[in-house]
Amino acid sequence: MRMDITDFYDTFFEEAEELLADMERYLLELDVDEPDTEELNAIFRAAHSIKGGAGTFGFDALQKTTHLFENLLDHTRKGELALRRDIVDTFLETKDMLSDQLDAYRNGDEPDQEAFERICQTLQQLALEEIGQDLDGGGAAAPPPKPAPVPEVAPASPPEPVRSADGDQRIVTLLNVVEKDRQLLVEELGQLGDVISHQGDEQRYEVVLASSDSDDDIEAVMCFIIDADQFQIRPAVTGQTESAADTPLVAGEGQRVITLLNVGEKDRQLLVEELGQLGQVISHQGDEQRYEVVLASSDSDDDIEAVMCFIVDPDQLQISKAGEAVPPAEAAKTGAAPVAAANTAKPAATPEPAEKPPVKAATDNGVKPARGKSKAKGPETSSIRVSVDKVDQIINLVGELIITQSMLDQTVSDMDAVADSALLNGMSLLQRNARDLQESVMSIRMIPMDFVFSRFPRVVRETAGKLGKEIELVTEGESTELDKSLTERIIDPLTHLVRNSLDHGIELPEDRVAAGKPRTGRLTLSAQHQGGNILIEVVDDGAGLNRDRLLAKARENGLPVSDTMSDDDVWQLIFAPGFSTAKAVTDVSGRGVGMDVVKRNIQGMGGHVEIMSKPGEGTRIRIVLPLTLAILDGMSIKVGDEMFILPLSAVLESLQPSKGDLYAMAGDDVVLKVRDEYLPVVAVHEALDVPGAKTELTETIAVIVQGEGRRYALLVDDLVGQQQVVVKNLETNYRKVPGVSAATILGDGSVALILDITGLHRLSRAKKEVRRPERTYQSLEALTDKELETSS
Amino acid sequence: MNQTTEAAITAAEAHNREFLVFSLGEEEYAVDILKVQEIRGYENVTRIANAPDFIKGVTNLRGVIVPIVDLRIKFHLDKVEYGGQTVVIVVNVEDRVVGIVVDGVSDVMTLSPDQIKPAPEFGVTLSSDFLSGLGSLEDRMLVIVDIDKLLTSDEMELVERVAE
Repeated sequence: MRMDITDFYDTFFEEAEELLADMERYLLELDVDEPDTEELNAIFRAAHSIKGGAGTFGFDALQKTTHLFENLLDHTRKGELALRRDIVDTFLETKDMLSDQLDAYRNGDEPDQEAFERICQTLQQLALEEIGQDLDGGGAAAPPPKPAPVPEVAPASPPEPVRSADGDQRIVTLLNVVEKDRQLLVEELGQLGDVISHQGDEQRYEVVLASSDSDDDIEAVMCFIIDADQFQIRPAVTGQTESAADTPLVAGEGQRVITLLNVGEKDRQLLVEELGQLGQVISHQGDEQRYEVVLASSDSDDDIEAVMCFIVDPDQLQISKAGEAVPPAEAAKTGAAPVAAANTAKPAATPEPAEKPPVKAATDNGVKPARGKSKAKGPETSSIRVSVDKVDQIINLVGELIITQSMLDQTVSDMDAVADSALLNGMSLLQRNARDLQESVMSIRMIPMDFVFSRFPRVVRETAGKLGKEIELVTEGESTELDKSLTERIIDPLTHLVRNSLDHGIELPEDRVAAGKPRTGRLTLSAQHQGGNILIEVVDDGAGLNRDRLLAKARENGLPVSDTMSDDDVWQLIFAPGFSTAKAVTDVSGRGVGMDVVKRNIQGMGGHVEIMSKPGEGTRIRIVLPLTLAILDGMSIKVGDEMFILPLSAVLESLQPSKGDLYAMAGDDVVLKVRDEYLPVVAVHEALDVPGAKTELTETIAVIVQGEGRRYALLVDDLVGQQQVVVKNLETNYRKVPGVSAATILGDGSVALILDITGLHRLSRAKKEVRRPERTYQSLEALTDKELETSS
Repeated sequence: MNQTTEAAITAAEAHNREFLVFSLGEEEYAVDILKVQEIRGYENVTRIANAPDFIKGVTNLRGVIVPIVDLRIKFHLDKVEYGGQTVVIVVNVEDRVVGIVVDGVSDVMTLSPDQIKPAPEFGVTLSSDFLSGLGSLEDRMLVIVDIDKLLTSDEMELVERVAE
């Protein structure tokens, strides 16, 4: 009955990754002075869950690290360890460490032993310093942990603790556990602490354990051997080690008033019965509309709620502390009366276990898992994991459908509108449905920008810390959606821009104060849709770009600049390779590599970067990206007999060039004058060797296009129309083609190439160069290339 | 004697391979049938500018953009015509789909290992590196093409080199 456990590895890795991401988010949100208990609990739970999984799969290092981490977190959430910024930093570091370990296991490696030891040491140290306690075991006097993970008898058990008799005593009650498992359990428990006594029979077996580990830990260990409903753990009162039956209620965990609203009589009875198994029902009265149950139980509100939720809805009940309302005599009785105590000891402790097994099983089965569930607050996940390949396949198929549909459309377009009206109506319906379907399918690939933005609190925090700056990060438009492939590719450039803004943009606190600005700098990350594009902005309220310094630096680097350049052109200088005006090269940025890479990456995604800056007020860097790479609004053009697609976003206007506006330059170079601007002319038929194209310039149509910030006049034969096209990668089966960015499939099933404007310009220049080998164009080329870099 | 032959055949059958035989002009070539995805007509090929002449362009194969290579041009055959008989063999090489234009597809042959002779060192057009051998079948000779090596070779210019 042994399953291959490796089948579950992937699930664990994915889950753990998500948990770690949650953990990081919570850690970053954590208010050091007044930590939110819910957040601390969430962090603790994440660590705990990972530990559990790591134990199951035998990932020792991961399990050990999480174990230490979890214990520390446990102290934190109990308020025994006061949080400080550096402690949160250590926690974050631990989280990173866990990520690394996870990656190592995922790749089938063992995690870095040295790093593992270091992090364990750090955590231990922290625990010793802050709470004077050793994490592994009991007292502060415990020796430092063994550096290497000791191979354990049972691979899943947590690290061997220091045995100590002064931990909390607990009574672990085992129900229906066979002898072999009982022995094993006692042995395992012995590793957690001291087993003071164990006795009983198969039905009911009690182990008294002194251990400093938490209930959860004990539970985790035992769960490897028996089911969660086969045992109970409860604290034993010191000195009382023999029997659990007369354990009194823990003081303070007193009475609660549970108010039921609109619950029918049958359900009420059932509820009272159920509650009786959790503790003692002191009184119950009321009517269907409002019924009050006073319960004395040591279980938490969550547990009580979980039990009751099997019968009634959460909004039908209220749980409140009874407080002073309960007569003290009554409370005293609860503690003293043996009958009451027997009830308190949870269902299994009831004297006649054999009589009501089904009910008990139901409750017990219910309570444990429900507790886990009620902990995971928030909406139930209503998403499924699907591989991107599958989604892409659907997108492809839908693309095919659209093509087939437009083919049919062409066929029926000649038909008689009256005689074939039914068919034509059906066709238009099909068209609408197909478009809707396409839109829905495309939306699957879209993920919110939150995916990108969520990593920046960390980046900003760390960078700001390193630079000694105070920075507040504001994010806007996190819900703006963007194609997944783009989201992944935008992270690096965006990180670079953010770092740059933090380093060069925002000033040191003192300088800010001197300039009359608030001490804390503000960095805003925002995203919004605009037409078919997404605008992502990095805005800082720092010093702004310094025009004079940029120009001076550009001259130093030998870039062709002049004092009359427009601000926009000057700002773009920062994207020139090897350009940095930072006074000092810092750890964070200033080496001048990167910004040109940023620009290139963004251009590679079909987008561009704009910069707006005002001295003393800050800088706004705007990235404009297409929403998706999979669909493109295109303009179809004809050259000769061939059809090409131009990205509509690049097309500014089209016009018929008149003789007077065309100027020849240096031989066969031609520029077109459009409203006082001279644009380089690129004849598509020349660049792409299209036969049979119009060669008389005035007969052609000039499409004014913009690529990488520069404008060109493309000469084409005809404009055919606008259409949305599905972008197909040429490189999947072929290779990159100069002047062409991708391909698409037209309504007739043929392939049309999507033109890359900048590439086309480069291509046409290269061709001219080949044609006129007698002239030395190398130098000219080099010069114009430089110009292109700087002024675009 | 008959029995021994039969036994030999059975033993050899385990190593027998099937080949798709196609013609380029008068010559007969063969490719491993397992590499062949499908056979279709030559139509609707979109020219790609600035590509070598034997790359005819790209076509739409159920939503996938597939490059089309004319082996007749690549192998410098005299007569290159496109007609009703011209077919495209769509092959799968190294996770890529490529169509090759041939004059015709004749049949599928099973060749035993002893029917495949090593290819001699050839001339310039078709390096013997791209051949798995020569298949002899009674009076016919089949040039067995190692389609993986051929289509991913530098001179086919179908695959972008990492170094570039």
